[in-house]
Amino acid sequence: MDSLLVLLKKNLRQYVMVIALATTMIVFGVMTGGIFFRPLNLTNLVLQNSYVLILAVGMLLCTLTGNVDLSVGSVVCFVGAICGVMMCDPPMGLGWNPIAAMFVAILIGAAIGAWQGFWIAFVRVPPFIATLAGMLVFRGLGQVILQGQTKAPFPKMFQVIASGYIPDIVDGFRIGETSLHLLTIIIGLLIVAFIVISEIHKRKGQKSYGFDVLPVGIWIAKVAFIAVVLMAFTVVFALYRGFPNILILLGILVMGYHFVTTRTVQGRHVYALGGNIKAAKLSGIKTEWVMFWIYTNMAILSALAAMIFAARLNAATPKAGQNFEMDAIAACYVGGSAVSGGVGTVIGAVVGGLFIGVLNNGMSIIGISTDWQQAIKGFVLLSAVAFDLYSKARSSK
Amino acid sequence: MTDNGILLEMKNITKTFPGVKALDNVNLQVKRKEVHALVGENGAGKSTLMEVLSGVYPTGEYEGEILFDGKRCAFSDIRHSEKAGIVIIHQELALSPYLSIAENMFIGDERARYNIINWDKTREDAMTFMKKVGLNENPNTPVNKLGVGKQQMVEIAKALAKNARILILDEPTSALNEKDSEHLLDILRELRDEHDISSVLISHKLNEVAAVADSITILRDGKTIETIDVDRGRGAAAISEDRIIKGMVGREITDRFPKRTNTTGDVIFEVREWTVYNPDNPDRKKLDNINITVKAGEVVGLAGLVGAGRTEFATSIFGRYYGENISGKTFINGKEANLGTISRAIDHGVAYVTENRKEFGLVLIQTIKENTTLAKLKKIARWNIINEHEEIRSAEVFRQRLNIKTPSILQLAGNLSGGNQQKVVLSKWLFSDPRILILDEPTRGIDVGAKYEIYTIINGLAAQGMACLLISSEMPEIIGMCDRIYVMSEGRITAELPGKTATQEEIMRHILSN
Repeated sequence: MDSLLVLLKKNLRQYVMVIALATTMIVFGVMTGGIFFRPLNLTNLVLQNSYVLILAVGMLLCTLTGNVDLSVGSVVCFVGAICGVMMCDPPMGLGWNPIAAMFVAILIGAAIGAWQGFWIAFVRVPPFIATLAGMLVFRGLGQVILQGQTKAPFPKMFQVIASGYIPDIVDGFRIGETSLHLLTIIIGLLIVAFIVISEIHKRKGQKSYGFDVLPVGIWIAKVAFIAVVLMAFTVVFALYRGFPNILILLGILVMGYHFVTTRTVQGRHVYALGGNIKAAKLSGIKTEWVMFWIYTNMAILSALAAMIFAARLNAATPKAGQNFEMDAIAACYVGGSAVSGGVGTVIGAVVGGLFIGVLNNGMSIIGISTDWQQAIKGFVLLSAVAFDLYSKARSSK
Repeated sequence: MTDNGILLEMKNITKTFPGVKALDNVNLQVKRKEVHALVGENGAGKSTLMEVLSGVYPTGEYEGEILFDGKRCAFSDIRHSEKAGIVIIHQELALSPYLSIAENMFIGDERARYNIINWDKTREDAMTFMKKVGLNENPNTPVNKLGVGKQQMVEIAKALAKNARILILDEPTSALNEKDSEHLLDILRELRDEHDISSVLISHKLNEVAAVADSITILRDGKTIETIDVDRGRGAAAISEDRIIKGMVGREITDRFPKRTNTTGDVIFEVREWTVYNPDNPDRKKLDNINITVKAGEVVGLAGLVGAGRTEFATSIFGRYYGENISGKTFINGKEANLGTISRAIDHGVAYVTENRKEFGLVLIQTIKENTTLAKLKKIARWNIINEHEEIRSAEVFRQRLNIKTPSILQLAGNLSGGNQQKVVLSKWLFSDPRILILDEPTRGIDVGAKYEIYTIINGLAAQGMACLLISSEMPEIIGMCDRIYVMSEGRITAELPGKTATQEEIMRHILSN
């Protein structure tokens, strides 16, 4: 059985990321005199970063193939513009039903993705070039549609998806003086229960095959730690207005993509392609179609992010989505994706995205100017990737 | 200075790579005014010897000494040896396709002053050297507009521009047609007779060697076997051809192959009239009208040299991974089977164990478990969700069955030794439940013990009725393992031999007879 140290070393990259995230949060918590951990601020943190996290999930698949998608920011602008025209400023005054408009927006995202996927997968235009072209094309078309103007306001129903909170089952539930969002607490408890059960299940399975597992004490400590942290955040949200709608959507997306990448045939195909495309192809994987679907998926998620961004801003603007692709790419690489492809996890990309989001938020509160924020984020990205390469070079010796 | 007529002498050259002795006390003497042929099987050490000579392996990385023009040489790199007048022309031409003939000729040696190129001088000098090799073209022509034969001439002219005194040509005619080959040999003679330039010709074409060589050195397994002086006066060529073949392959076949008592059944796999064109050069046939059959429980060998088209044959059958304009039919159990995509080929029970496991066979950054199931994930998945318990169980079964030495199936494939990696590739394909198993160089680069194990596995599969097609460049392996042997040469099947009675000499004769 491997010693604890060896096990830690094996998963060094993951632990480093989580520890860095936790440390940064605690440091900001202290530096801001607790403002950082206030329910309002944490809620804002989620709302501000939700679209980048959604994009990071899609971008992870691109980085797994050793590529990126540069067009997502422009697709956000383009789809946002279409939403704006459909809902705020419909031609001939025929306002669209928000549900129908959202459905159309997703379809448009899929069409954009299929367009880019086609060039990448079947014409073999390098993804960098194809999506660079997409970046120019869709930013341009977005501006054409908006004619340089901002479209606002959106219908209430549309705004709610981005800025609303889940309803409570009991009105005005209180414990003593403090009001508490009951449904949020219940959901939090369910999630914790689910994680504990699946961890037990996983451990049992690993043990029955004689694989190395953490010593039981440390394992219990780890699971307990996760449970406590999750419950702590749940309570903080419950103290404000409960879970934001976006957080629920984000949670479902992250769990869904985590499942697809780790447990399904399609997910395995993506990793195999990223690890060795020739071997994957010679093993019968239809590598062209895998590439096609990855880029189609990316644009669908971009359309989703576009709606959330537009709804939150309550406007469709020609500048929407600028540099979103860079934030998403940075999230993936900070979160442990390998530049050469084949390595990376959905959870890692989300942690990486959160890390950058926490840096943004914390630095804003303590009054560091945005110019410096930009520069600091750049250094964080560089050191994350350099650390990755360094530790890989050392372990391969 | 005493002149014994010897231009170049390599004495007792020994070069070891980790674990392998590539050259073992090799001697080579090249006289002034001669064309010296260097022959041997793939891996005999020809290329390594020439790399030692040209400074690819600088002095100190090998033992022995090199005398050029009677002086001891210690080259530190290629430029150094070129300066002395030793120029090597590799099999894959080293020309920059979009640059002109003149530009290519003086790459690294530009006709320039203060770093500014004098184009008139460049063209003028180019013309001079082009004339020497009989290349009648505009020096401004980009080389990709020239045929392969003329590109070869550009390479030779380039070598002359470097003041070459000895030219080393590594299989220069392998990509040329007959006419261009003739022309090239004429040039070598002319350089020898009129310009005092000797050449070392590495070639697998014995007729060529017989036609042009003044002496022939034979290498086998990193050792000099002998040097034959060809007496031009007599028709010595025909006699020495047998002698050359014997020298190239005359090794003992020791008992390195497990015994097998096989009972072959009906024909399971058949390929008819298979013709494939080269995708890089769509006018050239890579494979020409190939017909083969493989029976149940039979191990059929596909012998030939590197480049004969064996891998291309396998990969064109297997889902048309290679090739253009493919024609021909494949039959499984007597019924025509469409193997047009790799997944379809797998569904039909065809498995192809690739050559070069690191590049084509494995995802090195994934675990043994993930590599094992990759080719048929749907076998352990329901509604596309992988059953992890099932996956672990399957990988464990193959780990034990093939005796993969690893602490755990969660070990990364990249961390395994060559032999164990090869077993993982085998696991992957056996996991796909094949009826027809194509093995491409399955024992290359692995140690003797692991080889024996792989042979035993192949025999076991054949005993269970698997139809095996074994591609190998190691002749003892082909003879030791196979029931029947097809010999392939330059895209054609040139012989079909029974495995029991075939000899290395016989196979080599069919390889070289094309």
